[in-house]
Amino acid sequence: MFVDQIGKFTLSRLEAAGRWTLFSGASLLHVRSGGALGSRLARSVFELGVRCIPVIAIVSAFAGLVLGLQGHYVLSRFGASGMLGTLVSLSLCRELGPVLAALMIAGQAGTALAAELGIQRSTEQIDAIELLDISPEGFLAGARLFASLLVFPSLTALFVIVGVAGGWLSGCVLLPQDPDAYWAAVHSALRGRDVFECLLKAAVFGLLTTSLCAYQGFNAHRSGEAGARAVGIATVRGIVLSSIAILAADYLITAALL
Amino acid sequence: MNPSTAPSEPPVLEIRRLRKGFAEREVLRDISFQVPTGSIVSILGRSGTGKSVLLKCVVGLLEADSGEMFYRGAPLAKSECRIALRRASSYVFQHNALFDSATVRENVLLPLQARGTGSPKEWDKNVRDVLARLELEDAAERYPAELSGGMQKRLAVARALVTQPELVFFDEPTAGLDPLRRNAVFAMISKLQRERGFTAVVVTHDVQEALVVSSRILWLDAGLVRFDGPAAEFETSDDAQICEFRDNIAALRTALRS
Ligand SMILES: Nc1ncnc2c1ncn2[C@@H]1O[C@H](COP(=O)(O)OP(=O)(O)O)[C@@H](O)[C@H]1O
Ligand SMILES: [Mg+2]
Repeated sequence: MFVDQIGKFTLSRLEAAGRWTLFSGASLLHVRSGGALGSRLARSVFELGVRCIPVIAIVSAFAGLVLGLQGHYVLSRFGASGMLGTLVSLSLCRELGPVLAALMIAGQAGTALAAELGIQRSTEQIDAIELLDISPEGFLAGARLFASLLVFPSLTALFVIVGVAGGWLSGCVLLPQDPDAYWAAVHSALRGRDVFECLLKAAVFGLLTTSLCAYQGFNAHRSGEAGARAVGIATVRGIVLSSIAILAADYLITAALL
Repeated sequence: MNPSTAPSEPPVLEIRRLRKGFAEREVLRDISFQVPTGSIVSILGRSGTGKSVLLKCVVGLLEADSGEMFYRGAPLAKSECRIALRRASSYVFQHNALFDSATVRENVLLPLQARGTGSPKEWDKNVRDVLARLELEDAAERYPAELSGGMQKRLAVARALVTQPELVFFDEPTAGLDPLRRNAVFAMISKLQRERGFTAVVVTHDVQEALVVSSRILWLDAGLVRFDGPAAEFETSDDAQICEFRDNIAALRTALRS
């Protein structure tokens, strides 16, 4: 009985994973379906990217401030306080920047996306699109997926830059670190492969977040609930699954690249 | 020339032994009927008998459990045939399914954009024509949520007619309209049929209006076709349920007397 349940659960998860893969593939493949691709791309970049700039700027500033502070105390204990720039820039670039930026964008834009598609599903707008012989996946999610490939790396870069500045502020202005040593350490620490890892992670997190949130909204009617409740569930599932996917992919990419 | 008189031509639609149920209960048990080219077929029946489900099965938004459907003699089970039906037809949803983030004009423009034939200039002209016909030209830049219920319904009809389809499925196109506009919608359907030989499948509760414009009436009850014949026969039918539905004023008088 119990084993039976586990089996059923596993199968249903596998089925959903397969559907998600097909959904993402169809979105990318049929992105032109329905026309007006340029304006859809521009709108997606605005909704996913431009709107998230304030929250990214604020969160990254505080992340940098905390890193500067913690780094100062920890490194001083070992007499290695000259390494503060290295610590701040590497941890932001390789880990915190991509992960935190993706989590923030998922929280702001991913939930909005899941809710929007969920409502379009529950009001039959997606059916109407399908009957116009437009691919609803491509028309509604395609441009967003492509936009995420631009938006996530850009916002992650912004996150890292503001964060490093935050580390400088707390370490060298509010605390007695040497600013020249800080910037020299930042310069010598960051290599091409660190930047590559940073941007690769950002792009992968972007695709995962956007496709998972879009998928949940798109399939809100499969959640077992209907109407407003189904939209709520889709939104929650979108953000929860995105967060898990971001952290899991982070581990896998890090392990693969080390 | 009335195309429906050509004996060799298959009907636009032929439905054979269609069955569709949902988890708990069977909705359509055994539905067969034909829609001849250039006809107006009205589907009547009490709420909840499965009229919307029937239309959705025909266009492929819902998957029938069993039965065969043919579009111009070709089986709709084949995807090319289903696509051909979608290209040639349009659908007015019972709850309108308007694109709520798009203006009235954009709602009507999308089907033309999706089709992609013709120039943007022609599209603009078509959009203006159809909006004028449905008295919506003053609302062109408003959003669906800002319209009254009747205007939303008319917008749904406008969106379905803008591509000049040869076959239109109307799911309660006059629900919530005042009597004058209700007449106008039926008159428009009838005029299009006479001028362009277009075919309409109309789900409606407006029995009197349907009797005036329809070539055929279908009466659905308990998942079966209880009546299928010319409007004149429906008018004189003495089936108790049909009488009650058809002569609702008389039925009300009787109910008040008793
Ligand atoms: N997606 C669905 N899932 C489960 N039941 C449904 C679904 N759609 C319709 N039904 C059921 O099918 C029956 C017929 O519905 P419908 O076709 O909307 O009736 P109507 O004739 O008023 O258009 C109703 O009892 C409804 O509850
Ligand atoms: Mg209905």
